[in-house]
Amino acid sequence: MLRRIVETKQGLFSLVILMTLLFIALFGPSFYPYHPNEINVHAILQGPSLKHPLGTDLLGRDLLSRMIYGARISLQVSVVAVGISLVIGIVLGTLAGYLGGLVDQIISRLIDIMLCFPTIFLILAVIAYLEPSIINIMIVIGLTSWMGVARLIRAEFLTLKEREFVLAAKIYGASTFRIIFRHILPNALPPVLVSASLGMGQAILIESALSFLGIGVQPPTPSWGNLLIEGKETLEIAWWLSIFPGLAILLTVLAFLLLGETLQDVLNPRRR
Amino acid sequence: MFIYIIKRLLIMLVTFWGITVISFGILHLAPGGPLSPLTDFNPKMTPEFREKLIKMYGLDKPLHIQYWNWLKGILKLDFGRSFSLDQRPVWDKIKERLPVTLLINSLALLLIILISIPLGVFSAVRAGSKTDQFFTFITLFGYAMPSFWLALMLMMIFGVKLQLLPISGLHSVVGYEQMTTWEKIWDWTRHLICPLFVATFGGIAGFSRYLRNSLVEVLQADYITYARAKGLPERVIIYKHALRNALLPMITLLGLSLPGLIGGSVIFETIFGIPGLGQLMWQAVMGRDYPVIMANLILVSILTLLGNFLADLGYALADPRIRLGEKR
Repeated sequence: MLRRIVETKQGLFSLVILMTLLFIALFGPSFYPYHPNEINVHAILQGPSLKHPLGTDLLGRDLLSRMIYGARISLQVSVVAVGISLVIGIVLGTLAGYLGGLVDQIISRLIDIMLCFPTIFLILAVIAYLEPSIINIMIVIGLTSWMGVARLIRAEFLTLKEREFVLAAKIYGASTFRIIFRHILPNALPPVLVSASLGMGQAILIESALSFLGIGVQPPTPSWGNLLIEGKETLEIAWWLSIFPGLAILLTVLAFLLLGETLQDVLNPRRR
Repeated sequence: MFIYIIKRLLIMLVTFWGITVISFGILHLAPGGPLSPLTDFNPKMTPEFREKLIKMYGLDKPLHIQYWNWLKGILKLDFGRSFSLDQRPVWDKIKERLPVTLLINSLALLLIILISIPLGVFSAVRAGSKTDQFFTFITLFGYAMPSFWLALMLMMIFGVKLQLLPISGLHSVVGYEQMTTWEKIWDWTRHLICPLFVATFGGIAGFSRYLRNSLVEVLQADYITYARAKGLPERVIIYKHALRNALLPMITLLGLSLPGLIGGSVIFETIFGIPGLGQLMWQAVMGRDYPVIMANLILVSILTLLGNFLADLGYALADPRIRLGEKR
């Protein structure tokens, strides 16, 4: 499958970007000379230069080093948030799709209800009661974004459980547990890959928006979103502070989106 | 059709109930109960006064009775009083901001429809061409663009660099009273250009792309080939035969996109300083004004619910299979 993804232009593009990003997030801090919170009064609000490739902020901190650290935060948040949403979505979708009947009714209604809340409002309300820490943000994004996955899995189960190979497994005497996990679930997962990739992008967008609004990752911990707060304050004098973090978000989300699109094409031969 | 509406209404009631239950659950998330923000950080709070507050808000009663009383309040639009310094009733605060958010979101919705339909058709009839590929590329940007960053960029370009457009508020502060009606409308328009751009950008991308794909699919249907074989002009085929069918799923999509649109209000209203519900929500969260947060959450969810209901109705009206009560 990986080969098929790399064969397409957009798939290659997205994988290169995401791999680079992952590499930078993991190993960047050990190569790069500046610490993200290192204050330097002699280098306040300097534009991009050889010494500071992306310039410095109001406290003379190096923007690139802060963005490298921010990449860690953004990737962490999106991986954990999507992980949570996948677990909830797969469990509820499986229950609804396999059991059907009343369980399905209840879960489907729950999905409808959750979809009525504008996500940002729901997250804001929950965050207002808890502390806006990184952990809480991951959990809250995960708890409010599982509905798509649940619907997908449910639909897959509804069709797959009627198929002959499941019937064969039943006749063979396989336990319900085995039928679900060994026979149906692996076949239901591919479309979930697509939505996981799209979900990663979404999670990054939500996290950065929250941090930008001052309700997400709290300074001095840098995240791409809260770096832009400073960007907004210095809009008239330091363009680099608002351009580069935004570009980083845009590029990353775009890469996840393209990866999702490519996966969709690869997994669905009809669209190719 | 009648039965269909009744069924939808019943489902809507259940959903409304679910919304209130989940909101009530969030209300009790705060460690130490819903009163803790009011009491924990207040040095003047004595245990006796705390007791009094608990009695006053009925927090000593069992949970289901608390929920019932709370629900009765909501149905009468009584959301309690704001925790902020002015201590005004929450509904009063919301009432004065609701029209602003409704106005902007309706305008945004209208713009999204007006712009994305021609865009989608334009791209679909050229499916596979360079123009189409370029269009697809641009719409991807629309999806991936962080709206708050887009807002920042607009402020930077039009507000700071070119000094063409105002970047904050709904209308000018200085000299607004002396303006004639036309000047006022012009003033509002200038103030709304940037926020509306942010509000519609993602929506236009999503809608036109979806419509393009839907139309490309419809154009491959047998009845289109038949219409072509009959020798109908391409214009008639696209606008009369294909577009109508391609637009049908758009109605549902329109309903589904409402939460995102309303949710976006938080971002652009906060950035552009527009006194709507989104900004109120943000201020309430920053100030831990729980009654306002709750009221906002419930209200926007109900708006979404109503929007979805209207979309369902619209779909039913547009699709004869449902309109005439045929089983699907």
